[in-house]
Order: sequence, then C-alpha cells, then structure tokens
Amino acid sequence: MGWMVRIKKRFGFLFKWIFKKDKMRIGIYGPPNAGKTTLANRILRDWTGDIMGSASDVPHETRRARLREGVKIEVDGKTLTIDIVDTPGLATKIDFQDFLRYGMDEEEAKRRAKEATEGVIEAIKWLDDLDGVLLVMDSAEDPFTQINVTIVGNIEARGLPLLIAANKIDLPNASPARIKSAFPQHPVVPISALKGLNVDNLYRMLAEKFG
Amino acid sequence: MEGVQLNLISKDRLDKMATMEKLKMILDEVKDGKIVVLESGLTPEEEAKLIEMTMLEIDHENFVGIEVETYPKKVVKSFFKRFFGGKEAKLMLIGPANRLKTIEKHEDQIRALVQFG
Repeated sequence: MGWMVRIKKRFGFLFKWIFKKDKMRIGIYGPPNAGKTTLANRILRDWTGDIMGSASDVPHETRRARLREGVKIEVDGKTLTIDIVDTPGLATKIDFQDFLRYGMDEEEAKRRAKEATEGVIEAIKWLDDLDGVLLVMDSAEDPFTQINVTIVGNIEARGLPLLIAANKIDLPNASPARIKSAFPQHPVVPISALKGLNVDNLYRMLAEKFG
Repeated sequence: MEGVQLNLISKDRLDKMATMEKLKMILDEVKDGKIVVLESGLTPEEEAKLIEMTMLEIDHENFVGIEVETYPKKVVKSFFKRFFGGKEAKLMLIGPANRLKTIEKHEDQIRALVQFG
C-alpha cells in the first residue's frame, strides 16, 4: 500500500471531522439474525413513527440495503440528523438447505440464497459510502466470529467511527460483557431493540459518537 | 490415501502476490476442497474482498461458501505503530464451509474440525 493511501486511510477521520457534514450516513451492520432491521425499526418508530422493513427469525430476511434519509434524533437538547442504511447480514457462507428448515420449497430457498449472496456484496460495497457504523451483535452468541472480526477490521481500516450495539439483552443467556471483552477498543451499548431496553442510552451514545 | 489436503502458504510467497492473485488462488484451492493455511493472513480489506468473491462463486449445489479461522486483531496502543502500521502476521485458515467447522473460538485459541469429503 502506498504511503499516500495509508495516510489518507489513517487520517480520514480528521478530514471528516474538519469538514463535518450536516448529517451523517450511518450503516447498520452485523451477521444475519443479529437484529439489525429490528433496531432500524426501533429507531425509526421512536423518531419518525415509521418502520424500515419487516424483520423475522429466518436468516437473510433483509436482502437489499434500505436507506432512510434525514432521521432527526434529539438527545439532551442536541439534534443529530442521520441517514440510516439498514444492510443485509454479512456471511461467508449461504446454503439454501438452511432455508428449507423454515418451510420453504427448494426453488424458493435457492432464490432466497441467491438474493442473500447479492445482499452480502451490496452490504460490503456500502462501507465505502458511510460516515459511521452501528454494528449489531447478538449478546447471546459468541462474539468471536469471523464476520464480526472482519467487519470491525474493515471499519477500523477505513477510519470510521464505530458503535457496537450488544443486542438481545432480554434473552436469559445474554452476555454483553463477552462482547466488551472481545472488542475492548470500541464502545459497546447493551440493548434490546425488540423490547426497547436501554435504547435511550444508545441514542445518547449515537449523539456522542456521530454528532 | 483418503484425506483432506492442507496447503500451507508462507508469508514470503504471500508478500510477492497481488491481492487479486492471492484471493483467486485461495478460492480456487478452497473450491477444490482443500484447506488453505496462510502464514500471515489477509488484511481486513482483502478479507472483505474474499467474501465478495466467495458470494459470486456460490452455486448453491457444490460450493456454499467458505469458513475462515483467524485471531482477532490485537489493539495497537502506540501512536507510531498505528501510524506506520505494518502488517501484523496472524495465521489464517480458510476452507470450504461444508468441510471446515468452527468448534470454539477465543482471543488466543481456535478449535476447528475438518471433515472428510
């Protein structure tokens, strides 16, 4: 890698800070079923009264990135205006057989798997057009997955601000502490997007990190 | 003799290869059912590109993707180390998703299972 490119990457955040935009474009990332769309819906419902899209227990429910512009979040008298990009779940493998378990026929499962592969590519491409990332992880799952490691590595390499939402804290085996110890270099906010637990704290952290 | 072929690629060889050359070599080997072990791993950007290329190769019949095993990046506290960077060598294992399964992954230890075809 050339020195110029390296300098640009390492100090990109400084340029972004100096030439601060009126609004930040924030991508919601994570593995499938981490609760990305549920969180996007929670944010939109709280601040616009609308939703982003449907969420379900079937992996890769979101297979196209969705963009919602100009969402205003007010925290402690400060207003943060953001564009939210809800991205498809990132994965290194997509097997159509996994969808058969959810009652789909083979044709439908294969179509969904194909759309899911396209969604993963789209999510990766979006990384180049963002000002910050909200990474959603399932607190009840092992955080040391290759996908989490790859996403964090790419966000760090691009010099983007990152906030980790340790989601699903309403589950009995949830352990946000495990996520904190896996990624100690980034702020972690324990939440339940589904139940709305601790989301006020998430909004405060969003304003702090991206405001 | 029946078994799974392991290809160990040295840091020296990886350093001489361009990104696309490296990724194409990895994917070709993995699609062929082999396990590739990289002495110095890939950069995060290369990892993302590898995922993109993998998605394009999935045919929903013979190849359903890859499994990657590597350690998380260590937190670099020194300013000079952060600035001057330099690639941190970390072992990386890549294999076909239907053959390589993660059993347990920690910060400093990974347990994986390689299945015979």
